[in-house]
Amino acid sequence: MTLELVIPDPRLAVEMRGIVRRFPGVVANDGVDFDLRVGEVHALLGENGAGKSTLMNVLDGLYRPDAGEIMVGGQPVEFRSPRDAIAAGLGMVHQHFALVPTQTVTENVLIGLDRPRFRIDIGRYDDEVAELAARHGLGVDPRARIWQLSVGEQQRVEILKMLYRGARILILDEPTAVLAPQEAQDLFRTLRSMVADGTSVVFISHKLGEVAQIADRVTVMRRGKVTASGIPISETTTAGLARLMIGRDVVETIERTPFDTGPVVLSMRDVEAESDRGLPALRGISLEVRAGEILGVAGVAGNGQSELAQVLTGLRHCSRGSVTVNGVEVGNRTPRDAINEHVAHVPEDRTGVGSAPNLSIADNLIMKSYREAPVSRHWSIDTGAVRRFANRLRETYSIAAPSVETETRLLSGGNLQRLILAREIASEPRLMVAVQPTRGLDVGAIVTVHRLLLDQRQAGSATILISEDLDEILALADRVAVIYEGRLVGLFDAADADVAEIGLRMTGGMASRPPEPGDAPRIVP
Amino acid sequence: MTTSAPAHQPDRKPVRLPWAILLERRLEIPRWLPVATTIGAVVVALVISGVILWFAGGDPIAIFIHIVRSSFGSLGVLSDTLVMATPLILTGLACALAFRMRLWNIGAEGQFLMGAWGASAVVLIPIVPAGTPSIITIPLMMAGGMAAGGVYGAIPGILKAFRGVNEIIVTLMLNYIAALWIAYWVFGPWSEAGFQLTAQFPKEAWLPRLSDYSSAVPAFSGLTVHLGLIFGLVAAMLVRFLLFRSRSGYEIRLIGDSPRAARYAGINVARNTVIVFALSGALAGLAGMSEVSGVVHRLQQAISPGYGFTAIIVAYIAKLHPYGVVVASIAFGALILAGREIQPSGIPAMIQGIILFCLIASEVVLRYRVRLERRMA
Amino acid sequence: MDPTIILAAGVASGTVLLFAAVGEIFAERAGVINLGVEGMMLIGAVVAFGTAVATGNAWLGLVLGTLAGGLLAVLHAVITISFQAEQVVSGLALTFLGTGLARVLGEDLSKAGAIALLPTLTIPGLAAVPAIGPILFTDQSVLVYVGYIVVPMAWYWINRTRPGLHLRAVGESPTAADTLGVDVYRLRYAYVVVGGLFAGLAGATITLAISPGWFGDLTVNGQGWIAIAIVIFAQWGVGRAALGAYAFAAIQRLLIDIQGPEQLFGFPNPFYVNHTLTFFLGMVPYVLIIAVLVAVSGEAIRKRIGAPAALGISYVRGERGH
Repeated sequence: MTLELVIPDPRLAVEMRGIVRRFPGVVANDGVDFDLRVGEVHALLGENGAGKSTLMNVLDGLYRPDAGEIMVGGQPVEFRSPRDAIAAGLGMVHQHFALVPTQTVTENVLIGLDRPRFRIDIGRYDDEVAELAARHGLGVDPRARIWQLSVGEQQRVEILKMLYRGARILILDEPTAVLAPQEAQDLFRTLRSMVADGTSVVFISHKLGEVAQIADRVTVMRRGKVTASGIPISETTTAGLARLMIGRDVVETIERTPFDTGPVVLSMRDVEAESDRGLPALRGISLEVRAGEILGVAGVAGNGQSELAQVLTGLRHCSRGSVTVNGVEVGNRTPRDAINEHVAHVPEDRTGVGSAPNLSIADNLIMKSYREAPVSRHWSIDTGAVRRFANRLRETYSIAAPSVETETRLLSGGNLQRLILAREIASEPRLMVAVQPTRGLDVGAIVTVHRLLLDQRQAGSATILISEDLDEILALADRVAVIYEGRLVGLFDAADADVAEIGLRMTGGMASRPPEPGDAPRIVP
Repeated sequence: MTTSAPAHQPDRKPVRLPWAILLERRLEIPRWLPVATTIGAVVVALVISGVILWFAGGDPIAIFIHIVRSSFGSLGVLSDTLVMATPLILTGLACALAFRMRLWNIGAEGQFLMGAWGASAVVLIPIVPAGTPSIITIPLMMAGGMAAGGVYGAIPGILKAFRGVNEIIVTLMLNYIAALWIAYWVFGPWSEAGFQLTAQFPKEAWLPRLSDYSSAVPAFSGLTVHLGLIFGLVAAMLVRFLLFRSRSGYEIRLIGDSPRAARYAGINVARNTVIVFALSGALAGLAGMSEVSGVVHRLQQAISPGYGFTAIIVAYIAKLHPYGVVVASIAFGALILAGREIQPSGIPAMIQGIILFCLIASEVVLRYRVRLERRMA
Repeated sequence: MDPTIILAAGVASGTVLLFAAVGEIFAERAGVINLGVEGMMLIGAVVAFGTAVATGNAWLGLVLGTLAGGLLAVLHAVITISFQAEQVVSGLALTFLGTGLARVLGEDLSKAGAIALLPTLTIPGLAAVPAIGPILFTDQSVLVYVGYIVVPMAWYWINRTRPGLHLRAVGESPTAADTLGVDVYRLRYAYVVVGGLFAGLAGATITLAISPGWFGDLTVNGQGWIAIAIVIFAQWGVGRAALGAYAFAAIQRLLIDIQGPEQLFGFPNPFYVNHTLTFFLGMVPYVLIIAVLVAVSGEAIRKRIGAPAALGISYVRGERGH
């Protein structure tokens, strides 16, 4: 019998060996090794679904590994929850923030701590948080309530929470996905200064460019396995990383036929609307979209994109202005009126808005057509016709499911989005409103969605593509509009769009802003 | 075929319980499982009730045998059971319909009472003169009962739809108000010679019973089953058609599962809320009509032993399916009928509570595969 | 028709509603609706009264009645938190079960004679304060004074302490709380049981102090439901719940007293002349509750405030709520 001696390497903050984590039908992590050195930014690169987040959730104690061992600071650990992880100095910032919207920044920082023992002297902790924020360049008001903050500020609160708990190892899951280019640069500066202080950072991403910019080393994952382990960034090339990540040389490029527009389909004049909280969300939006054209709306999350989509589809009232589709007013009417004008909507929230999770696939597919023949006649619904209609769409759009009677919540993300697109396209849209249509999907599904949207453009429908992924907009759109704080602050031809300029506008930089029609300066309280 | 994205939407959700049980989300529900769990839950509930009865010094076996014998033992008691089941079918349908849309109508009791009042008003105000034939009186009473119940049901619907008022509290308060309303009429204007009940309705206002035909079919003699049972069965068929074969039913099911998705699909949620609440109230109101016209033949204070509340359990036991409501109503009709003779009087209510508990607990089996957790030491 | 008597009676019987409402606020702030308040109160009432009858010790009755309410709440916690069942239905089941069980347990209690009640106190000094003294501090049950203490303590607990911070976090955003190591399941269990203990206490308060005796379901007579309505009226705030409880009980007392005199404001009292009209008087509290809820929901919509964000939603680890 041999005794295996593990000699801790003092330079290693984290060491993971042979991690296996299974989900039914999938091995999300298949014998993964990963190590993180003290004082480095280590990028974990891979496509959506490659297993990056699963691996880090295992490290953070959210999931337990089915096999494998983890060492932190040279000591073997077995975290049962994120609380154990943070006690060992390891904190993770998730893509979806774990913040309590109704509480203040300081209160959010204090949740889960052992101190104060009982009474909270909030003033004292406000000062502590303010001091910590200042030290790391994470500007945020400790007394502000979370719901009042921008997404970028909320991310800072998440990082503050971890630092306040004494985290020396920080895991950031796709932190730039919600940030504008300039905000991302601010984040990178903060990370650099923290690393210089001896903090170690795991930076999860699928964007090659930012990995090259921020990381010291990179580990690449594909389909649950590591394809490159901890190589210094200086020894990599973008093409090489892409090959390791995707497993083939060529990234599929989207082929677009030349721009050939028809008449104006959508026209918005001076539209204003309020957010759920009664604050101004749209402050005078005017735009036009023509048949056969895709207009991309770029912007940082929370600048009025959701409200824009809702106003177009009748889900939100506008307090001013007009929205017409093919000359018919649909603003301030009902969703039904928009549907009658053939406005299709691929919503941001697929499970909450775009589908009814506990109803069958068939029931979900007829959501837009249940009032019409052949699905229904007068008052009654023809179940045979429903089944035929649903089966036809299931085959045409390759929705992978045992049958159309399967409950919709059992579909994977990609298949659910196929279902939604199938339904919306079947409604023969004149205007397609697509919001974050590929967020959270794997590459195969993303390609399908892009192809379907371009097919619609080809078929002559007008499309508004609202996305926080600038690359997606530049790949698909004919024109790009930039939205910032409820206003359009720039309109570019996609062909000659300047990414730096768009990025600047997305964060409110209006240096060389040309005047836009209907975008007259207006004082907003 | 595409790969799924396990990192973002894991199919298995381990749930940590205070004890070491691991729940795995089911990917598919076998067709037989809902029925099996329902039956299983009822059996477990009866066992638990039996244990409690045994502890309380009773003989549970004897009590259960008594319940079965005194409700299904002969044609006569079977008929009595069906009489009990009749108002439960109608109120149970009322609840099932509303619950399908996740509208918590706890007010079937009040709507039942108002329905009874509305039907009584037809003969007591009177709206039709004495001696009007049944063929006119009965439909008018049905209309009166359904209208009164429907309007009463629409109140919480309107408040919910347009002001977002919690319908549970409103329907409960309306139950109390309805009981006082009935009390006012039977103590006051409609009191029969100072007694706390109204005069008996004329024969033309009675729903026909099987025993009415005993001269033609001697076997019907003494059987109290009345036309209300047919109302219930027809209503079950109509509700089933409404829910599963009609546009409105599709809208109801869609709103019930996801109001936001329903709005997205262009459905007017507020309008449906009012309509479904009114329909629910009308069904409960018809139950009240059927009870005064088919059984009591007058209006009095104690016309319901809590049908409107038992209806909630009936609807749940039926998994909100109209035909299930019929079956569950007959079972609960038996429990109520036999329960009247059981002492202490709280036992039937207690058993109902335990059954409901076991039913909702059993739903975990539908959603999850339950497994004992094997911890690594 | 003496305002002092009406208000003093309002404070006394309002204490019942107050306890039940505060308990429900704790449970709902943690994200769990428990509609079984009526059932838990009945159990608390019958166990407290039965114990007092059997042992002659009202204090022991108070303790056991309170615990009985908590015990029943455990059932709700298991079903809704561990089994993730629909909270509304489980609460209704609890009401059925509690009512039935209380009837079974109270089988022989309605014939019980007088029992030793919990003592009443007059606070020297405070009782002499004009207007307030005779209402709040004269001849009130010791439990009424407990109510005075519970309200500020509960407020402080929720808004100014670490456990309160965690309570609010669990009800508003369980995912966030869980990620930060707050045990969502344990806290929800704890506060559901706390809610049950308060409901049990409320029930015991009825039978041992406010209106002694066992009258079956009528002992509690819907006060559990009214407590839930008060929670909504109070928008999950303790202070406003106390105000609502006292005011509601005072109005109920006023409606009884109004039936007494032959003359009202110089006119013949219609309720004295025609007794059947008092049924309409009996409807007033229920109509009032509905009217108040309508008014409050208007206010809530206007101010965009409302229930704890995760109220009524079972928390499942790994599923992201919104």
